[in-house]
Amino acid sequence: MSGPNVLEVRGLSARIAGQQVVHDVSFEVPASGVTAVLGRNGVGKTSSLRAILGLIERSGEVLLDGVRVDAERTDRIVRRGVGYVPEDREVFAGLTVAENLRLAERGGSTAEHRELVDTLFPDLVRRAGQRAGTLSGGQQQMVSLARALLNENRILLVDEPTKGLAPRIVTEVAETLAAAARTVPVLLVEQNLQVVERLAERVVVIDAGRVVHTGPARALLDDPDLVQRLLGVSAGEHDPSGEEAATTAEAGR
Amino acid sequence: MSTLILLLATGLGLGGLYFLVASGLSLIYGLMGVLNFAHGSFLTLGAFVGLAAGNLVGAGTWGGLLLGLVVGALTGAAAATATELGLIRPLYDRHIEQVLVTVGLSLATVALFEGIWGPNPRNVTRTEWLASTTDVLGAHVPNTAFLNVLAAAAVLGGIVAFLRYTRYGLIIRAGVENRAMVTALGIDVRRAFTLVFAVGGAAAGLGGVLATQSLNYVSPHMGASLLIFAFIVTVIGGMGSLTGAAVASVVVAVLQQLANFYLNNTGDLIVVLLLALVLLVRPSGLMGRPA
Repeated sequence: MSGPNVLEVRGLSARIAGQQVVHDVSFEVPASGVTAVLGRNGVGKTSSLRAILGLIERSGEVLLDGVRVDAERTDRIVRRGVGYVPEDREVFAGLTVAENLRLAERGGSTAEHRELVDTLFPDLVRRAGQRAGTLSGGQQQMVSLARALLNENRILLVDEPTKGLAPRIVTEVAETLAAAARTVPVLLVEQNLQVVERLAERVVVIDAGRVVHTGPARALLDDPDLVQRLLGVSAGEHDPSGEEAATTAEAGR
Repeated sequence: MSTLILLLATGLGLGGLYFLVASGLSLIYGLMGVLNFAHGSFLTLGAFVGLAAGNLVGAGTWGGLLLGLVVGALTGAAAATATELGLIRPLYDRHIEQVLVTVGLSLATVALFEGIWGPNPRNVTRTEWLASTTDVLGAHVPNTAFLNVLAAAAVLGGIVAFLRYTRYGLIIRAGVENRAMVTALGIDVRRAFTLVFAVGGAAAGLGGVLATQSLNYVSPHMGASLLIFAFIVTVIGGMGSLTGAAVASVVVAVLQQLANFYLNNTGDLIVVLLLALVLLVRPSGLMGRPA
Protein backbone atom coordinates (compact mmCIF):
# COMPACT_ATOMS: atom_id res chain seq x y z
CA MET A 1 0.00 0.00 0.00
CA SER A 2 1.53 3.34 -1.01
CA GLY A 3 0.58 6.66 0.54
CA PRO A 4 -2.52 7.51 2.56
CA ASN A 5 -6.00 6.35 1.66
CA VAL A 6 -7.67 8.29 -1.10
CA LEU A 7 -11.14 7.18 -0.01
CA GLU A 8 -12.40 6.20 3.41
CA VAL A 9 -15.91 4.97 4.05
CA ARG A 10 -17.02 4.79 7.67
CA GLY A 11 -20.33 3.42 8.88
CA LEU A 12 -22.02 4.01 5.54
CA SER A 13 -25.68 3.06 5.38
CA ALA A 14 -28.01 3.65 2.46
CA ARG A 15 -31.67 3.34 1.68
CA ILE A 16 -33.62 2.96 -1.53
CA ALA A 17 -37.35 3.69 -1.40
CA GLY A 18 -37.23 3.50 2.38
CA GLN A 19 -35.55 0.10 2.46
CA GLN A 20 -32.06 -0.18 3.92
CA VAL A 21 -29.72 -1.73 1.35
CA VAL A 22 -26.33 -0.89 2.85
CA HIS A 23 -25.63 -1.45 6.56
CA ASP A 24 -22.78 0.26 8.38
CA VAL A 25 -20.19 -0.39 5.67
CA SER A 26 -16.60 0.67 6.34
CA PHE A 27 -13.51 0.28 4.16
CA GLU A 28 -10.60 2.22 2.73
CA VAL A 29 -9.19 2.59 -0.74
CA PRO A 30 -5.42 3.20 -0.91
CA ALA A 31 -4.00 5.86 -3.20
CA SER A 32 -2.91 3.36 -5.83
CA GLY A 33 -4.02 0.15 -7.44
CA VAL A 34 -7.37 -1.53 -7.72
CA THR A 35 -9.63 -2.36 -4.80
CA ALA A 36 -12.40 -4.74 -5.81
CA VAL A 37 -15.80 -4.86 -4.16
CA LEU A 38 -17.14 -8.39 -4.40
CA GLY A 39 -20.28 -10.18 -3.38
CA ARG A 40 -23.25 -12.10 -4.65
CA ASN A 41 -25.91 -10.43 -6.77
CA GLY A 42 -28.03 -7.90 -4.92
CA VAL A 43 -25.96 -7.67 -1.74
CA GLY A 44 -25.43 -3.92 -1.95
CA LYS A 45 -22.24 -3.43 -3.99
CA THR A 46 -23.72 -1.03 -6.50
CA SER A 47 -25.72 0.70 -3.78
CA SER A 48 -22.50 1.23 -1.81
CA LEU A 49 -20.92 2.98 -4.79
CA ARG A 50 -24.02 5.06 -5.38
CA ALA A 51 -24.15 5.95 -1.70
CA ILE A 52 -20.52 7.10 -1.75
CA LEU A 53 -21.48 9.50 -4.53
CA GLY A 54 -24.68 10.58 -2.79
CA LEU A 55 -26.85 9.27 -5.59
CA ILE A 56 -29.07 7.53 -3.04
CA GLU A 57 -30.14 8.43 0.49
CA ARG A 58 -27.28 7.68 2.87
CA SER A 59 -25.78 8.23 6.30
CA GLY A 60 -22.26 7.72 7.61
CA GLU A 61 -18.95 9.26 6.68
CA VAL A 62 -17.25 9.45 3.30
CA LEU A 63 -13.78 10.99 3.21
CA LEU A 64 -12.00 11.87 0.00
CA ASP A 65 -8.32 12.66 0.54
CA GLY A 66 -9.11 12.98 4.23
CA VAL A 67 -11.89 15.53 3.71
CA ARG A 68 -15.46 14.64 4.63
CA VAL A 69 -17.67 14.93 1.58
CA ASP A 70 -20.79 13.11 2.71
CA ALA A 71 -22.66 16.38 3.25
CA GLU A 72 -21.94 17.52 -0.30
CA ARG A 73 -24.02 17.17 -3.44
CA THR A 74 -23.07 14.49 -5.96
CA ASP A 75 -21.80 16.96 -8.56
CA ARG A 76 -19.47 18.59 -6.03
CA ILE A 77 -18.08 15.24 -4.90
CA VAL A 78 -17.44 14.31 -8.52
CA ARG A 79 -15.74 17.65 -9.20
CA ARG A 80 -13.34 16.88 -6.37
CA GLY A 81 -11.97 14.23 -8.70
CA VAL A 82 -14.19 11.19 -8.71
CA GLY A 83 -14.68 9.45 -12.05
CA TYR A 84 -17.76 7.25 -12.14
CA VAL A 85 -18.45 4.42 -14.55
CA PRO A 86 -21.95 3.21 -13.68
CA GLU A 87 -23.44 -0.23 -13.96
CA ASP A 88 -25.14 -0.67 -17.36
CA ARG A 89 -23.03 2.13 -18.84
CA GLU A 90 -25.79 4.77 -18.72
CA VAL A 91 -24.60 6.58 -21.82
CA PHE A 92 -26.91 9.28 -23.15
CA ALA A 93 -28.51 7.38 -25.99
CA GLY A 94 -29.84 10.44 -27.82
CA LEU A 95 -26.48 12.23 -27.81
CA THR A 96 -23.63 11.46 -30.14
CA VAL A 97 -20.43 9.88 -28.88
CA ALA A 98 -18.68 13.26 -29.15
CA GLU A 99 -21.48 14.95 -27.19
CA ASN A 100 -21.33 12.28 -24.48
CA LEU A 101 -17.64 12.95 -24.10
CA ARG A 102 -17.94 16.74 -24.30
CA LEU A 103 -20.57 16.67 -21.58
CA ALA A 104 -18.25 14.73 -19.30
CA GLU A 105 -15.35 17.16 -19.56
CA ARG A 106 -14.82 18.94 -16.28
CA GLY A 107 -12.56 21.89 -15.57
CA GLY A 108 -9.51 19.68 -15.17
CA SER A 109 -9.89 18.02 -18.55
CA THR A 110 -6.81 18.64 -20.67
CA ALA A 111 -5.56 17.91 -24.15
CA GLU A 112 -3.47 15.17 -22.55
CA HIS A 113 -6.58 13.46 -21.22
CA ARG A 114 -8.32 13.74 -24.57
CA GLU A 115 -5.27 12.29 -26.27
CA LEU A 116 -5.23 9.39 -23.82
CA VAL A 117 -8.88 8.67 -24.50
CA ASP A 118 -8.33 8.86 -28.26
CA THR A 119 -5.43 6.44 -27.93
CA LEU A 120 -7.31 3.99 -25.72
CA PHE A 121 -10.52 4.12 -27.74
CA PRO A 122 -9.74 4.75 -31.42
CA ASP A 123 -13.12 3.30 -32.35
CA LEU A 124 -14.83 6.16 -30.54
CA VAL A 125 -12.93 8.70 -32.63
CA ARG A 126 -14.28 7.05 -35.77
CA ARG A 127 -17.79 6.99 -34.32
CA ALA A 128 -17.77 10.51 -32.88
CA GLY A 129 -20.87 11.55 -34.78
CA GLN A 130 -22.84 8.37 -34.08
CA ARG A 131 -25.65 8.37 -31.55
CA ALA A 132 -24.55 6.50 -28.44
CA GLY A 133 -27.83 4.60 -28.33
CA THR A 134 -26.94 2.87 -31.60
CA LEU A 135 -23.59 1.55 -30.29
CA SER A 136 -23.05 -2.04 -29.17
CA GLY A 137 -22.82 -2.80 -25.46
CA GLY A 138 -19.04 -2.94 -25.63
CA GLN A 139 -18.80 0.35 -27.47
CA GLN A 140 -21.13 1.95 -24.95
CA GLN A 141 -18.88 0.68 -22.18
CA MET A 142 -15.96 2.35 -23.93
CA VAL A 143 -17.90 5.63 -23.96
CA SER A 144 -18.66 5.22 -20.28
CA LEU A 145 -15.01 4.54 -19.44
CA ALA A 146 -13.83 7.35 -21.70
CA ARG A 147 -16.13 9.83 -19.93
CA ALA A 148 -14.41 9.04 -16.66
CA LEU A 149 -10.89 9.05 -18.08
CA LEU A 150 -11.32 12.45 -19.73
CA ASN A 151 -10.72 14.18 -16.43
CA GLU A 152 -8.09 14.53 -13.77
CA ASN A 153 -9.35 12.11 -11.14
CA ARG A 154 -8.32 11.24 -7.61
CA ILE A 155 -10.21 7.95 -7.86
CA LEU A 156 -12.33 5.96 -10.30
CA LEU A 157 -15.49 4.21 -9.16
CA VAL A 158 -16.21 1.50 -11.71
CA ASP A 159 -19.33 -0.60 -11.43
CA GLU A 160 -19.44 -3.99 -13.18
CA PRO A 161 -17.72 -2.81 -16.36
CA THR A 162 -17.66 -6.29 -17.93
CA LYS A 163 -21.28 -7.17 -17.26
CA GLY A 164 -22.97 -8.65 -20.31
CA LEU A 165 -20.02 -8.13 -22.63
CA ALA A 166 -18.51 -10.58 -25.10
CA PRO A 167 -15.20 -12.23 -24.05
CA ARG A 168 -13.10 -10.17 -26.46
CA ILE A 169 -14.63 -6.95 -25.13
CA VAL A 170 -14.12 -8.10 -21.54
CA THR A 171 -10.43 -8.38 -22.35
CA GLU A 172 -10.36 -4.89 -23.83
CA VAL A 173 -12.16 -3.42 -20.84
CA ALA A 174 -9.81 -5.20 -18.43
CA GLU A 175 -6.80 -3.89 -20.33
CA THR A 176 -8.21 -0.36 -20.29
CA LEU A 177 -8.81 -0.55 -16.56
CA ALA A 178 -5.32 -1.92 -16.00
CA ALA A 179 -3.92 1.06 -17.94
CA ALA A 180 -6.09 3.50 -15.99
CA ALA A 181 -5.11 1.94 -12.67
CA ARG A 182 -1.48 2.78 -13.35
CA THR A 183 -2.30 6.46 -12.89
CA VAL A 184 -5.35 6.57 -10.63
CA PRO A 185 -6.69 4.31 -7.88
CA VAL A 186 -9.77 2.31 -8.82
CA LEU A 187 -12.64 1.05 -6.71
CA LEU A 188 -14.07 -1.73 -8.85
CA VAL A 189 -17.32 -3.60 -8.38
CA GLU A 190 -16.93 -6.79 -10.37
CA GLN A 191 -18.54 -10.23 -10.53
CA ASN A 192 -16.01 -11.72 -12.89
CA LEU A 193 -13.33 -13.26 -10.67
CA GLN A 194 -10.93 -13.66 -13.57
CA VAL A 195 -10.99 -9.91 -14.09
CA VAL A 196 -10.63 -9.36 -10.36
CA GLU A 197 -7.68 -11.73 -10.29
CA ARG A 198 -6.00 -9.79 -13.04
CA LEU A 199 -6.64 -6.27 -11.74
CA ALA A 200 -7.20 -6.14 -8.00
CA GLU A 201 -4.68 -6.00 -5.19
CA ARG A 202 -7.29 -5.77 -2.47
CA VAL A 203 -10.86 -6.93 -2.02
CA VAL A 204 -13.83 -5.86 0.04
CA VAL A 205 -16.54 -8.52 0.22
CA ILE A 206 -20.09 -7.43 0.94
CA ASP A 207 -22.93 -9.69 1.97
CA ALA A 208 -26.46 -8.58 2.80
CA GLY A 209 -25.35 -4.95 2.76
CA ARG A 210 -22.49 -5.51 5.22
CA VAL A 211 -18.73 -5.84 4.80
CA VAL A 212 -17.84 -9.43 5.67
CA HIS A 213 -14.23 -9.58 4.51
CA THR A 214 -11.40 -7.27 3.51
CA GLY A 215 -7.84 -8.11 2.61
CA PRO A 216 -5.44 -8.90 -0.23
CA ALA A 217 -7.13 -10.20 -3.35
CA ARG A 218 -4.64 -13.03 -3.68
CA ALA A 219 -5.37 -14.33 -0.18
CA LEU A 220 -9.06 -14.59 -1.01
CA LEU A 221 -8.74 -16.01 -4.51
CA ASP A 222 -6.20 -18.62 -3.40
CA ASP A 223 -8.57 -19.93 -0.76
CA PRO A 224 -11.33 -21.89 -2.52
CA ASP A 225 -13.20 -22.50 0.71
CA LEU A 226 -13.28 -18.78 1.49
CA VAL A 227 -14.39 -17.95 -2.05
CA GLN A 228 -17.13 -20.56 -1.82
CA ARG A 229 -18.27 -19.32 1.58
CA LEU A 230 -18.20 -15.59 0.77
CA LEU A 231 -19.18 -15.51 -2.86
CA GLY A 232 -21.06 -18.76 -3.30
CA VAL A 233 -18.86 -19.90 -6.19
CA SER A 234 -15.71 -21.92 -6.49
CA ALA A 235 -12.54 -20.07 -7.42
CA GLY A 236 -12.51 -21.70 -10.87
CA GLU A 237 -16.15 -20.95 -11.43
CA HIS A 238 -16.86 -17.64 -13.07
CA ASP A 239 -18.67 -15.74 -15.73
CA PRO A 240 -17.70 -17.58 -18.94
CA SER A 241 -17.10 -14.25 -20.60
CA GLY A 242 -14.07 -13.84 -18.40
CA GLU A 243 -12.09 -16.74 -19.81
CA GLU A 244 -10.36 -14.85 -22.53
CA ALA A 245 -9.62 -11.96 -20.24
CA ALA A 246 -8.01 -14.30 -17.78
CA THR A 247 -5.97 -15.99 -20.45
CA THR A 248 -4.76 -12.66 -21.74
CA ALA A 249 -4.06 -11.48 -18.25
CA GLU A 250 -1.95 -14.50 -17.52
CA ALA A 251 -0.10 -14.13 -20.78
CA GLY A 252 0.54 -10.51 -20.06
CA ARG A 253 2.16 -11.11 -16.70
CA MET B 1 -62.44 25.55 -50.14
CA SER B 2 -61.88 29.02 -48.69
CA THR B 3 -63.51 27.90 -45.45
CA LEU B 4 -61.13 24.97 -45.17
CA ILE B 5 -58.16 27.23 -45.82
CA LEU B 6 -59.42 29.66 -43.19
CA LEU B 7 -59.84 26.87 -40.65
CA LEU B 8 -56.41 25.48 -41.39
CA ALA B 9 -54.78 28.90 -41.15
CA THR B 10 -56.52 29.87 -37.90
CA GLY B 11 -55.74 26.38 -36.61
CA LEU B 12 -52.08 26.92 -37.35
CA GLY B 13 -52.20 30.29 -35.57
CA LEU B 14 -53.87 28.77 -32.53
CA GLY B 15 -51.36 25.94 -32.68
CA GLY B 16 -48.61 28.54 -32.50
CA LEU B 17 -50.05 29.85 -29.24
CA TYR B 18 -50.42 26.36 -27.85
CA PHE B 19 -46.83 25.61 -28.73
CA LEU B 20 -45.53 28.73 -26.99
CA VAL B 21 -47.11 27.52 -23.76
CA ALA B 22 -46.52 23.81 -24.28
CA SER B 23 -42.83 24.12 -25.18
CA GLY B 24 -42.00 25.34 -21.68
CA LEU B 25 -44.23 22.76 -20.03
CA SER B 26 -42.66 19.98 -22.02
CA LEU B 27 -39.07 21.05 -21.36
CA ILE B 28 -39.74 21.52 -17.66
CA TYR B 29 -41.40 18.14 -17.31
CA GLY B 30 -38.81 16.42 -19.48
CA LEU B 31 -35.86 17.65 -17.48
CA MET B 32 -37.28 17.99 -14.00
CA GLY B 33 -40.37 15.82 -13.90
CA VAL B 34 -42.32 18.84 -12.68
CA LEU B 35 -45.93 19.28 -13.74
CA ASN B 36 -46.06 23.04 -13.61
CA PHE B 37 -49.66 24.13 -13.17
CA ALA B 38 -48.46 27.70 -12.55
CA HIS B 39 -47.26 28.01 -16.13
CA GLY B 40 -50.47 29.79 -17.15
CA SER B 41 -49.73 32.47 -14.57
CA PHE B 42 -46.46 33.30 -16.34
CA LEU B 43 -48.49 33.76 -19.51
CA THR B 44 -51.08 36.01 -17.89
CA LEU B 45 -48.51 38.09 -16.05
CA GLY B 46 -46.45 38.45 -19.23
CA ALA B 47 -49.56 39.58 -21.09
CA PHE B 48 -50.58 42.24 -18.57
CA VAL B 49 -47.10 43.61 -17.96
CA GLY B 50 -46.14 43.37 -21.64
CA LEU B 51 -49.23 45.27 -22.73
CA ALA B 52 -48.70 47.91 -20.04
CA ALA B 53 -45.13 48.40 -21.25
CA GLY B 54 -46.28 48.53 -24.88
CA ASN B 55 -48.89 51.14 -24.03
CA LEU B 56 -46.16 53.40 -22.73
CA VAL B 57 -44.76 53.55 -26.26
CA GLY B 58 -48.15 53.61 -27.91
CA ALA B 59 -51.15 51.28 -27.91
CA GLY B 60 -51.82 49.85 -31.36
CA THR B 61 -48.35 50.64 -32.69
CA TRP B 62 -45.68 48.23 -33.90
CA GLY B 63 -43.18 49.74 -31.49
CA GLY B 64 -45.59 49.19 -28.63
CA LEU B 65 -46.20 45.60 -29.70
CA LEU B 66 -42.50 44.87 -30.08
CA LEU B 67 -41.72 46.31 -26.67
CA GLY B 68 -44.71 44.43 -25.25
CA LEU B 69 -43.40 41.14 -26.63
CA VAL B 70 -39.93 41.72 -25.20
CA VAL B 71 -41.22 42.84 -21.80
CA GLY B 72 -43.79 40.03 -21.75
CA ALA B 73 -41.08 37.45 -22.40
CA LEU B 74 -38.78 38.96 -19.78
CA THR B 75 -41.61 39.11 -17.26
CA GLY B 76 -42.51 35.48 -17.89
CA ALA B 77 -38.86 34.50 -17.53
CA ALA B 78 -38.47 36.46 -14.28
CA ALA B 79 -41.67 35.02 -12.79
CA ALA B 80 -40.65 31.50 -13.78
CA THR B 81 -37.15 31.93 -12.38
CA ALA B 82 -38.51 33.22 -9.08
CA THR B 83 -40.96 30.31 -8.93
CA GLU B 84 -38.24 27.77 -9.57
CA LEU B 85 -35.82 29.23 -7.06
CA GLY B 86 -38.37 29.99 -4.36
CA LEU B 87 -40.90 27.19 -4.59
CA ILE B 88 -39.73 24.34 -6.79
CA ARG B 89 -36.09 24.01 -5.75
CA PRO B 90 -36.86 23.28 -2.09
CA LEU B 91 -39.18 20.51 -3.28
CA TYR B 92 -36.97 18.63 -5.75
CA ASP B 93 -38.03 15.00 -6.05
CA ARG B 94 -41.17 15.66 -4.02
CA HIS B 95 -43.54 15.59 -6.95
CA ILE B 96 -46.84 15.62 -5.09
CA GLU B 97 -45.81 18.70 -3.14
CA GLN B 98 -44.59 20.35 -6.34
CA VAL B 99 -47.94 19.81 -8.00
CA LEU B 100 -49.77 21.17 -4.95
CA VAL B 101 -47.54 24.23 -4.83
CA THR B 102 -47.94 25.04 -8.50
CA VAL B 103 -51.72 24.49 -8.36
CA GLY B 104 -51.87 26.76 -5.32
CA LEU B 105 -49.75 29.36 -7.05
CA SER B 106 -51.94 29.32 -10.15
CA LEU B 107 -55.08 29.87 -8.06
CA ALA B 108 -53.46 32.55 -5.93
CA THR B 109 -52.06 34.45 -8.89
CA VAL B 110 -55.41 34.53 -10.69
CA ALA B 111 -56.90 36.08 -7.55
CA LEU B 112 -53.97 38.48 -7.40
CA PHE B 113 -54.37 39.48 -11.04
CA GLU B 114 -58.10 40.01 -10.49
CA GLY B 115 -57.27 42.22 -7.54
CA ILE B 116 -54.84 44.30 -9.57
CA TRP B 117 -56.47 44.45 -13.00
CA GLY B 118 -60.07 43.51 -12.23
CA PRO B 119 -61.89 40.25 -13.01
CA ASN B 120 -63.28 41.20 -16.41
CA PRO B 121 -61.54 40.98 -19.77
CA ARG B 122 -60.14 44.24 -21.11
CA ASN B 123 -60.07 45.05 -24.77
CA VAL B 124 -56.67 45.70 -26.29
CA THR B 125 -55.79 48.05 -29.09
CA ARG B 126 -54.07 46.30 -31.97
CA THR B 127 -52.17 47.65 -34.92
CA GLU B 128 -54.29 48.19 -37.99
CA TRP B 129 -52.63 45.28 -39.76
CA LEU B 130 -53.15 42.86 -36.90
CA ALA B 131 -56.79 43.84 -36.63
CA SER B 132 -57.39 43.01 -40.29
CA THR B 133 -57.18 39.95 -42.53
CA THR B 134 -55.22 38.81 -45.56
CA ASP B 135 -56.82 37.10 -48.52
CA VAL B 136 -55.36 33.61 -49.05
CA LEU B 137 -56.98 31.74 -51.95
CA GLY B 138 -60.28 33.40 -51.15
CA ALA B 139 -60.07 32.95 -47.38
CA HIS B 140 -59.82 36.02 -45.15
CA VAL B 141 -57.17 34.87 -42.73
CA PRO B 142 -56.68 36.98 -39.58
CA ASN B 143 -53.21 38.46 -39.65
CA THR B 144 -52.68 37.45 -36.02
CA ALA B 145 -52.49 33.86 -37.25
CA PHE B 146 -49.40 34.72 -39.32
CA LEU B 147 -47.82 36.47 -36.36
CA ASN B 148 -48.47 33.52 -34.07
CA VAL B 149 -47.01 31.02 -36.54
CA LEU B 150 -44.00 33.24 -37.12
CA ALA B 151 -43.40 33.66 -33.38
CA ALA B 152 -43.86 29.96 -32.68
CA ALA B 153 -41.47 29.03 -35.50
CA ALA B 154 -38.92 31.52 -34.20
CA VAL B 155 -39.22 30.18 -30.65
CA LEU B 156 -38.99 26.58 -31.88
CA GLY B 157 -35.92 27.43 -33.95
CA GLY B 158 -34.36 29.37 -31.09
CA ILE B 159 -34.91 26.60 -28.54
CA VAL B 160 -33.68 23.93 -30.95
CA ALA B 161 -30.53 25.97 -31.68
CA PHE B 162 -30.04 26.55 -27.95
CA LEU B 163 -30.41 22.86 -27.19
CA ARG B 164 -28.17 21.79 -30.06
CA TYR B 165 -25.34 24.30 -29.98
CA THR B 166 -24.82 25.38 -26.37
CA ARG B 167 -23.33 23.53 -23.41
CA TYR B 168 -26.46 24.19 -21.38
CA GLY B 169 -28.48 22.77 -24.23
CA LEU B 170 -26.31 19.67 -24.11
CA ILE B 171 -26.84 19.41 -20.35
CA ILE B 172 -30.60 19.79 -20.77
CA ARG B 173 -30.79 17.15 -23.52
CA ALA B 174 -28.76 14.77 -21.40
CA GLY B 175 -30.77 15.65 -18.29
CA VAL B 176 -34.03 14.82 -20.03
CA GLU B 177 -32.61 11.31 -20.61
CA ASN B 178 -30.91 10.68 -17.27
CA ARG B 179 -30.73 13.46 -14.73
CA ALA B 180 -28.86 11.45 -12.10
CA MET B 181 -26.10 10.56 -14.55
CA VAL B 182 -25.64 14.21 -15.51
CA THR B 183 -25.08 14.94 -11.84
CA ALA B 184 -22.71 12.00 -11.61
CA LEU B 185 -20.59 13.66 -14.29
CA GLY B 186 -20.01 16.58 -11.93
CA ILE B 187 -22.59 18.92 -13.42
CA ASP B 188 -24.81 21.09 -11.22
CA VAL B 189 -28.04 20.27 -12.95
CA ARG B 190 -29.96 22.76 -10.80
CA ARG B 191 -28.69 25.63 -12.93
CA ALA B 192 -30.11 23.90 -15.96
CA PHE B 193 -33.42 23.55 -14.09
CA THR B 194 -33.56 27.28 -13.46
CA LEU B 195 -32.61 28.04 -17.04
CA VAL B 196 -35.29 25.73 -18.40
CA PHE B 197 -37.88 27.37 -16.20
CA ALA B 198 -36.73 30.79 -17.41
CA VAL B 199 -36.87 29.75 -21.09
CA GLY B 200 -40.30 28.20 -20.60
CA GLY B 201 -41.52 31.28 -18.75
CA ALA B 202 -40.23 33.55 -21.51
CA ALA B 203 -42.06 31.54 -24.16
CA ALA B 204 -45.23 31.66 -22.05
CA GLY B 205 -44.90 35.43 -21.50
CA LEU B 206 -44.41 35.93 -25.22
CA GLY B 207 -47.41 33.71 -25.87
CA GLY B 208 -49.43 35.82 -23.43
CA VAL B 209 -48.86 39.03 -25.36
CA LEU B 210 -49.54 37.27 -28.67
CA ALA B 211 -52.73 35.76 -27.24
CA THR B 212 -54.03 39.24 -26.44
CA GLN B 213 -53.60 40.14 -30.10
CA SER B 214 -55.52 37.07 -31.26
CA LEU B 215 -58.25 37.25 -28.64
CA ASN B 216 -58.40 41.04 -28.72
CA TYR B 217 -58.58 41.14 -24.93
CA VAL B 218 -56.50 40.49 -21.86
CA SER B 219 -57.93 38.71 -18.84
CA PRO B 220 -56.69 37.22 -15.54
CA HIS B 221 -58.11 33.89 -16.70
CA MET B 222 -56.51 33.63 -20.12
CA GLY B 223 -53.51 31.69 -18.85
CA ALA B 224 -55.65 29.02 -17.23
CA SER B 225 -57.72 28.48 -20.40
CA LEU B 226 -54.68 28.14 -22.64
CA LEU B 227 -52.87 25.98 -20.08
CA ILE B 228 -55.47 23.23 -20.31
CA PHE B 229 -54.90 22.81 -24.03
CA ALA B 230 -51.15 23.23 -23.62
CA PHE B 231 -51.16 20.31 -21.18
CA ILE B 232 -53.17 18.23 -23.64
CA VAL B 233 -50.70 19.13 -26.38
CA THR B 234 -47.77 18.25 -24.13
CA VAL B 235 -49.20 14.84 -23.29
CA ILE B 236 -50.19 14.05 -26.88
CA GLY B 237 -46.79 15.18 -28.19
CA GLY B 238 -44.94 13.20 -25.54
CA MET B 239 -43.82 14.71 -22.25
CA GLY B 240 -40.35 16.15 -22.72
CA SER B 241 -40.41 16.15 -26.53
CA LEU B 242 -40.17 19.63 -28.03
CA THR B 243 -40.78 18.34 -31.55
CA GLY B 244 -43.71 16.33 -30.25
CA ALA B 245 -45.15 19.46 -28.67
CA ALA B 246 -44.80 21.34 -31.97
CA VAL B 247 -46.53 18.61 -33.98
CA ALA B 248 -49.25 18.08 -31.38
CA SER B 249 -49.91 21.82 -31.16
CA VAL B 250 -50.76 21.96 -34.83
CA VAL B 251 -52.75 18.70 -34.80
CA VAL B 252 -54.80 19.69 -31.75
CA ALA B 253 -55.50 23.24 -32.86
CA VAL B 254 -56.41 22.36 -36.45
CA LEU B 255 -58.62 19.47 -35.29
CA GLN B 256 -60.28 21.79 -32.81
CA GLN B 257 -61.03 24.37 -35.49
CA LEU B 258 -62.33 21.80 -37.95
CA ALA B 259 -64.55 20.11 -35.36
CA ASN B 260 -65.90 23.42 -34.14
CA PHE B 261 -66.97 24.32 -37.66
CA TYR B 262 -68.00 21.00 -39.16
CA LEU B 263 -69.16 19.12 -36.04
CA ASN B 264 -71.28 21.68 -34.25
CA ASN B 265 -68.74 23.23 -31.86
CA THR B 266 -67.39 19.94 -30.61
CA GLY B 267 -63.75 20.99 -30.90
CA ASP B 268 -62.95 20.67 -27.20
CA LEU B 269 -64.66 17.27 -27.00
CA ILE B 270 -62.77 15.98 -30.04
CA VAL B 271 -59.48 17.12 -28.53
CA VAL B 272 -60.21 15.31 -25.27
CA LEU B 273 -61.17 12.19 -27.22
CA LEU B 274 -57.90 12.44 -29.14
CA LEU B 275 -56.06 12.70 -25.83
CA ALA B 276 -57.82 9.58 -24.56
CA LEU B 277 -57.03 7.74 -27.78
CA VAL B 278 -53.35 8.64 -27.62
CA LEU B 279 -53.14 7.63 -23.96
CA LEU B 280 -54.73 4.28 -24.76
CA VAL B 281 -52.78 3.49 -27.91
CA ARG B 282 -49.48 5.23 -27.25
CA PRO B 283 -49.22 6.34 -23.61
CA SER B 284 -45.81 7.93 -24.14
CA GLY B 285 -47.31 10.32 -26.70
CA LEU B 286 -46.52 10.79 -30.37
CA MET B 287 -42.81 11.41 -29.87
CA GLY B 288 -42.20 10.70 -26.21
CA ARG B 289 -39.87 8.00 -24.96
CA PRO B 290 -41.63 4.86 -23.73
CA ALA B 291 -41.64 4.61 -19.93
